[in-house]
Amino acid sequence: MFRAAVRLSVSGVRSLTRSRPQYAAPLAARCYSHGKQETDEEFDARWVSYFSKPDIDAWELRKGMNTLIGYDLVPEPKILEAALRACRRLNDLGSAIRILEAVKDKAGPHKEIYPYLIQELRPTLNELGISTPEELGIDKA
Amino acid sequence: MLNQRARAVKYGRRANNSFIVFRCADVDVLDCSVPQYNNRLDTPLPDVPFVRNLGADQKKLKEKEKGAWTSLSKEEKLALYRLSFELTYPEMKRGSGEWKTVLGGIFFFLGFTGLLVWWQRFSVFGDVPHTLSPEWVEQQTQRMLDMRVNPVHGFSTKWDYEKKQWK
Repeated sequence: MFRAAVRLSVSGVRSLTRSRPQYAAPLAARCYSHGKQETDEEFDARWVSYFSKPDIDAWELRKGMNTLIGYDLVPEPKILEAALRACRRLNDLGSAIRILEAVKDKAGPHKEIYPYLIQELRPTLNELGISTPEELGIDKA
Repeated sequence: MLNQRARAVKYGRRANNSFIVFRCADVDVLDCSVPQYNNRLDTPLPDVPFVRNLGADQKKLKEKEKGAWTSLSKEEKLALYRLSFELTYPEMKRGSGEWKTVLGGIFFFLGFTGLLVWWQRFSVFGDVPHTLSPEWVEQQTQRMLDMRVNPVHGFSTKWDYEKKQWK
């Protein structure tokens, strides 16, 4: 049976992706007095392995993506790379482009996050042949 | 969006006054018991693709999608996107010009109300009572001064009784 519904991160709400050193990203964690809090690396690893499942199906991709977008963070490039490769396995180019649009929207007013993500994902985008929304001209209404 | 054609029904009467059902207009009705497409910023991948019934060309494109995406042209990639999704994110976030209509409507009806009030003033209201005519007011004011109305801080303190004028 496919992996049970994605377990929401125990550490709860987080702010910006930690990958840019100039951001002081406070880790707003749930105040449990018990239980281990999941580190950022564990969170990332969990999601990368979710999307890296070789026989992931379309529902799992959609569910994973919609859940990930629901979190208060911009996913790390490695999670997005795994998600894009999952789209490739599912032969779904539209979803791949949609994922890029979604993370751009997730970054909100922080306009430097999306170019950084594209820069990090560029090898994967070139390898898989995914065009960014900007290249297709759909980044403007 | 998933549409199903439903029939709107009309009722008629038979000669013996029992109801019969006429089937008339075809109406497009959303079947909410199956997954729906939606345009939402927080749900990047909706449950179903936007276009479910593919034409022959679209089916061919879908077949091509199974191969290397590097061999797709930009138009084909865009077509594949549009098959799955109705609106792009910028299109979803685009505002409408509705506020101009709303503001215009507000001003229009304010103006119309103003016209109504003005018309009311000269067509509906009768004459002002005679006690508001200038002559009456003058005599009334003189009487109030003679009576020393509010002599401490009010009306009569504004009249200079020596010089017989307003202060």
